[in-house]
Amino acid sequence: MRFMTIYKPGHESTTPPTQEHMAAMGKLIEDMARSGKLIATDGLQHSSKGARVSLNSDGSFKVTDGPFTEAKEIIGGFAIIDAKSKDEAIELTKTFLRVAGGGESEIRLMHDQPAFDSKSAARSANAGQPQPESAAR
Amino acid sequence: MSDVNRAIDAVWRIESARLIAGLARITGDIGIAEDLAQDALVAALERWPQTGVPDNPGSWLMATAKHRAIDLHRRSKRIERKHEQIGRDLDAQQEMTVSDLDAALDDDIGDDLLRLMFTACHPVLSTEARVALTLRMLGGLTTDEIARAFVVPEATVAQRIVRAKRTLSEARVPFEVPRGADRDERLSSVLGVIYLVFNEGYSATAGDDWTRPALCEDALRLGRILAGLAPNEPEVHGLVALMEIQASRLRARTGPSGEPILLLDQDRGRWDRLLIGRGLAALARAEELGGASGPYALQAAIVACHARARKAEETDWERIVALYDALAELTPSPIVELNRAVAVSMAYGPALALELVDELRSEAVLKNYHLLPSVRGDLLMKLGRLREAKQEFDQAASLTRNARERELLLSRSRKAADGATNEA
Repeated sequence: MRFMTIYKPGHESTTPPTQEHMAAMGKLIEDMARSGKLIATDGLQHSSKGARVSLNSDGSFKVTDGPFTEAKEIIGGFAIIDAKSKDEAIELTKTFLRVAGGGESEIRLMHDQPAFDSKSAARSANAGQPQPESAAR
Repeated sequence: MSDVNRAIDAVWRIESARLIAGLARITGDIGIAEDLAQDALVAALERWPQTGVPDNPGSWLMATAKHRAIDLHRRSKRIERKHEQIGRDLDAQQEMTVSDLDAALDDDIGDDLLRLMFTACHPVLSTEARVALTLRMLGGLTTDEIARAFVVPEATVAQRIVRAKRTLSEARVPFEVPRGADRDERLSSVLGVIYLVFNEGYSATAGDDWTRPALCEDALRLGRILAGLAPNEPEVHGLVALMEIQASRLRARTGPSGEPILLLDQDRGRWDRLLIGRGLAALARAEELGGASGPYALQAAIVACHARARKAEETDWERIVALYDALAELTPSPIVELNRAVAVSMAYGPALALELVDELRSEAVLKNYHLLPSVRGDLLMKLGRLREAKQEFDQAASLTRNARERELLLSRSRKAADGATNEA
């Protein structure tokens, strides 16, 4: 199951993070990547470099340049993780928040194909040799 | 399940491989290591509902398991010097504090995980046993989950795991990363096990479902872990590339009611660009490391040709034929030849491909392989030989043990039959 976690630090700081903090976060990301569970992640720059675009009911667009003022809603970064369950995603997120030192993460299940339940029938194991996918399949 | 129990379950999935790997280094026996890890889990199930989940649950489990290992060692020393191997590193570590343990864990855990992979995939074990041990110890799957994934009774899987652990112990298989010439062979066993798991998820050989995406994800995770542990092995990146790119098509491979959709009919907009990007990057890494001509890298290069084509008609079939040529030379097999024939039909027409496929009909390995008549039926169809095509599809349908695939083949058979009737 693939989850997107959206991190909201709760405030938007104007000073860059400390060396120690960067190093700790770097190590966490490396560990997560090595566990095979981190598919993609990135941090986001200050909201003053962004914008919000909305489509009005009359078909016109409204474009608002950053910075955004509702500090609680500011998104600081995201990750796409591959976990066996929502509980696992929650535990992984706790580890992240511990290193981040605060804030809130929203965990959302992505629209992957659902895993099917299988029943029925016995099988004998296939030979261990690589089987290139037939172009016909 | 209570919240705490669910959290414990999740922590176990995250930490169990590292725990078992670390304990196996100390005890030299993965069976004993798993027992100790399980003991720690039981302790957590007793304690955490009262105390709450500790801040660093992984080191709590490790510290608990190590204390048990020390107890076990002392006891066995007193009673009889039986489990001597447990003591190997323990004496020196008895005075260690928990923070020392953490540090040791952080330093060595990568190597330990790699040792665990090599041990679980040791050639002294049957292929089924390697798969079961790997999924259990490295994938964190329960016996029940493995049984369901491979459509076998749970007791069979449990038996397999017990026997495998005994075999490793009796054969005194050392807990180590093999070196020298041995290493290549052992690495290819690890890669073979991971790809077998992936393939079973990608096109289930039996059962009612065409694919089992969860199994693909397990294999992908194992592959990515291995790539982190052995970053300089080109074939590891080749396998990861192959799996990432194939997995990128999972969503598009199955229709709304679970029916298979063949590669050339898939909606390429539903392919997962994120996984394709990761796969192409892994392939580039394999090539940088000088591994472009390894068997997995070649297969990855073939699937990359599909991934790069935005439309089916843009597929570079001539390159695919050339890649299959190289693969056939490297790992000669009738299955590779069959796949090559399909590429030949797309690049140079069905008549030439049919000649190649007909040469394969005497191959014993393909005797009951449903894709042989399936491919043959497809070629005959293209050549307008519809009656023969129908026979081939019927034959293929009778050979496959996957219900979804059978339906697909029977529907192609009906199409061929309709065409033949209209002609007459």
